[in-house]
Amino acid sequence: MTVSIKKMNYFVDERGYYGDFGGAYIPEMLYPNVEELRQKYQTVIDDEQFQQEFKALLKDYVGRPSPLYLAKRLSEKYGANIFLKREDLNHTGAHKINNTIGQILLAEKLGKKRIIAETGAGQHGVATATVCALRGLECVVYMGEVDIKRQAPNVARMKMLGAKVVPATSGSKTLKDATNEAMRDWIANPVDTHYIIGSVVGPHPYPDMVAQFQSIISFETKKQLKEQTGSELADYVLACVGGGSNAMGMFYHFIDDESVKLVAIEAAGKGVSSGFSAATTTLGKEGVLHGSRSILMQTEDGQVVEPHSVSAGLDYPGIGPQHAHLFKTGRGLYASITDDEALQAGLLLTQYEGIIPAIESAHALAYLEKMEFKGGENVVVCLSGRGDKDMETYMKYFNL
Amino acid sequence: MNRLQQLFEKQQKGLLSIYYTAGYPSLNDTLKIAETLEQSGADFLEIGFPYSDPVADGPVIQASSKEALDNGMTLPILFEQLKDLRQKVSIPILLMGYVNVVLQYDVEAFCQKCQEVGVDGCIIPDLPMYEYEEMYQTTFEKYGLSNIFLVTPQTSEERIRKIDGLSNAFIYLVSSAATTGGNLSVSESATAYFKRIADMKLKNPFVIGFGISNKETFDAANEYASGAIIGSAFVKNIDKDNLEGSIKSFMKQFR
Repeated sequence: MTVSIKKMNYFVDERGYYGDFGGAYIPEMLYPNVEELRQKYQTVIDDEQFQQEFKALLKDYVGRPSPLYLAKRLSEKYGANIFLKREDLNHTGAHKINNTIGQILLAEKLGKKRIIAETGAGQHGVATATVCALRGLECVVYMGEVDIKRQAPNVARMKMLGAKVVPATSGSKTLKDATNEAMRDWIANPVDTHYIIGSVVGPHPYPDMVAQFQSIISFETKKQLKEQTGSELADYVLACVGGGSNAMGMFYHFIDDESVKLVAIEAAGKGVSSGFSAATTTLGKEGVLHGSRSILMQTEDGQVVEPHSVSAGLDYPGIGPQHAHLFKTGRGLYASITDDEALQAGLLLTQYEGIIPAIESAHALAYLEKMEFKGGENVVVCLSGRGDKDMETYMKYFNL
Repeated sequence: MNRLQQLFEKQQKGLLSIYYTAGYPSLNDTLKIAETLEQSGADFLEIGFPYSDPVADGPVIQASSKEALDNGMTLPILFEQLKDLRQKVSIPILLMGYVNVVLQYDVEAFCQKCQEVGVDGCIIPDLPMYEYEEMYQTTFEKYGLSNIFLVTPQTSEERIRKIDGLSNAFIYLVSSAATTGGNLSVSESATAYFKRIADMKLKNPFVIGFGISNKETFDAANEYASGAIIGSAFVKNIDKDNLEGSIKSFMKQFR
């Protein structure tokens, strides 16, 4: 028997799977909506006029390309060249807007008049409300009742942007329930409404579509690395993972460069075995959540378990199916960082480089402490968002 | 032929089906509710096994599911409760729930257990058609289970034909674009949709569900379909302190 060495495919196949993961596990009521997207998304995205509009908005409205910044003092501390991909400098303060710009243009091409979204901390909600204001479309954002109380400034921002914020009062009243409510809205409004999912989760084609919109992060990074180091490849690329959209954007164009080590950092919360954690790949099992087969935190009986993280953006019981595939094949290294470690890393970056990171991004930074460098390696960390929204948490934790 | 297929073989008009959530209002009410429903004139039943994130369901069934989970309901417990099902209940029984719960239990083990306790079929709304066809159809058939597919006003004719080909008992017609627990408005568009399906002359009969809450909507559905399924309205009406009484008085309006 001959063994053929086939190059591993880390991207979506024509049926919406990444190896064992992905697919579209949706009730029939959602089938027409998802099927319309599946048939049209790639044609729309590949259209030249779409690409021009998308790139123009990313440049003039979002402020791209975001800088790739060599953090000198951090580099000295760790003994490697630490580059920060500055998604925190985007309009609205995080990578989320790359996706919402792409999806609002797509929704327009599909003739949709009404936009719905789910949000946890409110970052994706704000990014969605922002592009709806920009394009003059009706916007409804579902947000867990608990999160609405925790994230008052973002709720106010969404309202000021003209969005209607609807509390999700079912289940645990957080992100996963907001997602359920948005799906129910889409079931009731199948014709005129587009659902902008904020991460690389959900039924096919969402994980692939969102990854493509976020892939601008690694596309730019390669060019910037080439300019700054002479090679477009880094030794390590790090990003935090909740659902995993900034990480997928950061990994995307490096996935087939097998020399580049992809490191994804999940939230360990109060500790992986504390019962208050969101370390999905450690604690989860294969299953189906929100329309795709992936890895999720669940009971033996298949009930979804409530995650915990100090950072609302990582407080999700699953990961996107492409991440599940990268994890299972070993292409990506999946590690986790506790609340305490992340907050300390946030303070460290602030005091070494004068950048206050989002607590989500601080998880990726914290992992630098755990890595061993020979010296001279090039390491890119995706600084997915800025820390303004987290000041209250930082203030409480550090007694500021 | 399972009980469900036998039922549709002999009767294709005026069938009344009731959905309820296993483990609600109390963990061990499952068989008692089934018995009372049969005595009160239900023709077949859907017993829901609860899931934490039931996206196709409205507020009433979300709440009953949550309460059932809080009461400790799991699939192993449900199968244990159903051990004596066929000594007490003779009408066809479907289990209804979401795919993740079945996957964790293991699909083949689930089907085997269903057959063992005398369940006739399943409704798993988020199990994709292609996956059923390629991975599970032979297993379902091996254990004599009918898999029930949903059709909505937006489902294309081509897809309905495909569903008809894969079905062997009945097709579940979702009355409108909504989650469970709404109210069927017998509008022109709804009747046009029911007529359109009736005119397709499918090989399987169809039963209408979602939004059927009382005698009026039940009769309206029966003008076009072989029967109707009542879920949320029934669940909402259950009185924990007067279980049998509340079920019987609810059923009186139909039978």
